[in-house]
Amino acid sequence: MTYRFTTELRYSDVTPKSLWLNRRQIMAGGTAALGLLAGPSMATTPPRNPRYSVKDELTDYDDITSYNNFYEFGTGKDDPARHASSLTTSPWEVKVDGLVGKPGVYAFEDIIKGVNLEERIYRLRCVEAWSMVVPWIGFQLSEFLQRVEPQAGARYVAFETLYRPEEMRGQRSRGLDWPYREGLRLDEAMHPLTLLATGLYGEDMPKQNGAPIRLVVPWKYGFKSIKSIVRISLVSDQPETTWNMQAPREYGFYSNVNPNRSHPRWSQATERVVGGGLFAKRIETRMFNGYADEVASLYSGMDLITNY
Amino acid sequence: MLQSKVNGVIRRIPAWPIYIIFPLPGLFLFWQALGDNLGANPIQVLEHAYGERGLQLIILALLITPIHRLAGINLIKFRRAIGVIAFVYVLAHMLTWLILDQGLDMAMIVTEIVRRPYITIGMVGFVALLPLVITSNNLSLRRLGPKRWRRIHQLTYFVAVAGAVHYLLVVKAWPTEPIVYAVIVLSLLAIRLWWKMKARGRHQ
Repeated sequence: MTYRFTTELRYSDVTPKSLWLNRRQIMAGGTAALGLLAGPSMATTPPRNPRYSVKDELTDYDDITSYNNFYEFGTGKDDPARHASSLTTSPWEVKVDGLVGKPGVYAFEDIIKGVNLEERIYRLRCVEAWSMVVPWIGFQLSEFLQRVEPQAGARYVAFETLYRPEEMRGQRSRGLDWPYREGLRLDEAMHPLTLLATGLYGEDMPKQNGAPIRLVVPWKYGFKSIKSIVRISLVSDQPETTWNMQAPREYGFYSNVNPNRSHPRWSQATERVVGGGLFAKRIETRMFNGYADEVASLYSGMDLITNY
Repeated sequence: MLQSKVNGVIRRIPAWPIYIIFPLPGLFLFWQALGDNLGANPIQVLEHAYGERGLQLIILALLITPIHRLAGINLIKFRRAIGVIAFVYVLAHMLTWLILDQGLDMAMIVTEIVRRPYITIGMVGFVALLPLVITSNNLSLRRLGPKRWRRIHQLTYFVAVAGAVHYLLVVKAWPTEPIVYAVIVLSLLAIRLWWKMKARGRHQ
């Protein structure tokens, strides 16, 4: 009983959003603001899935939404938070094509209708050797893939981010070969850990984090978790992926978190947990970002040093 | 003439305030870091800001001679102070990495210096700054004589290249800033090379 109780308790039950966003204002507002405490109903926040949630301390909402790699809005960590407000996320459509029984253009509202939305606390490990712990809201990619009916020849899933330079200022310069592309092997895509995320911290996905819908693959480096998806294709051959095209020696197709396989220019043995402040120590990076029990079998027999 | 007017004003400005004013932004940044006002990853902000400021000041020191030769404005009295503060920022950059980022894990640090070219180059650049800062005083200048002293201080060219390459090697893809710094450093070296070749041609 106690176990059930703890796992169903959510951060939002502890600290209403209005409080943690605007604590100072509410303090200033005095008793009038106290009414808010009973106000917002969290009935719509999806339940946490304890089976797939880590118990690590959550990274602050402010850090998750102000320290981002989203080169579509600039290469600085603070660029996405500063410039992503220009992005129009509604209406939003995702084109599904390739080797599927039900190709077509799916509206965002249609995609999330009837899916099993839940909250999952995942570690996120960036290839730049920093990490976060994020309470995502989302559903398993497998749910959506089953709906569009992959055909027998489909072996990979390819994803594309929106290309809209008038709203995504980073796309006006040729930093990367736009649109951003990513891909997974079909078995990786069907793995229960692989999420299509539509929110975090109980609210809709912030634009700088990849609104309105993004991929989350917690055992791979962060750049695999492509943001603001507009196209999902089922294909027979390994698709091209942006960072791999940019520097094939440095960023492989798999890009599984692997402390034993250095980036050619820096070590992947340790990581800095974002939000720890000035005097926090780095922690050791774990194989598959700590998800080895769940995903190692996907790669049995594979040399993960050469297949990086 | 405007130049002589400007030079007249410059002559009346002392160089010593540079030692006080130039370190202030770095100290302010550290104070912000202590107060948790530098965002999600303050160590990275400090590391980056100190390193970038060091490179900027090295470039500024390398600009003094071209400004003198091309515009006739003589800022040479400020060069020593600029160079010394450049060293202070590079030192702060390295200490941030050694102490705050790597937590003084010596085994890890040695491995990184040996195995990561960008860190190797950064370290070599730092070591090359040491003879410069040690001889940045009048006594050294007198003892070494202007010729030898100048020879030693030509190490600055190497330090600037090391700094620019160090920056290029640490980033993903090709962001603007490190490319801009590399182009500036190369131009400053190229103009000197051109002068040298021209001077040699004249002597023949």
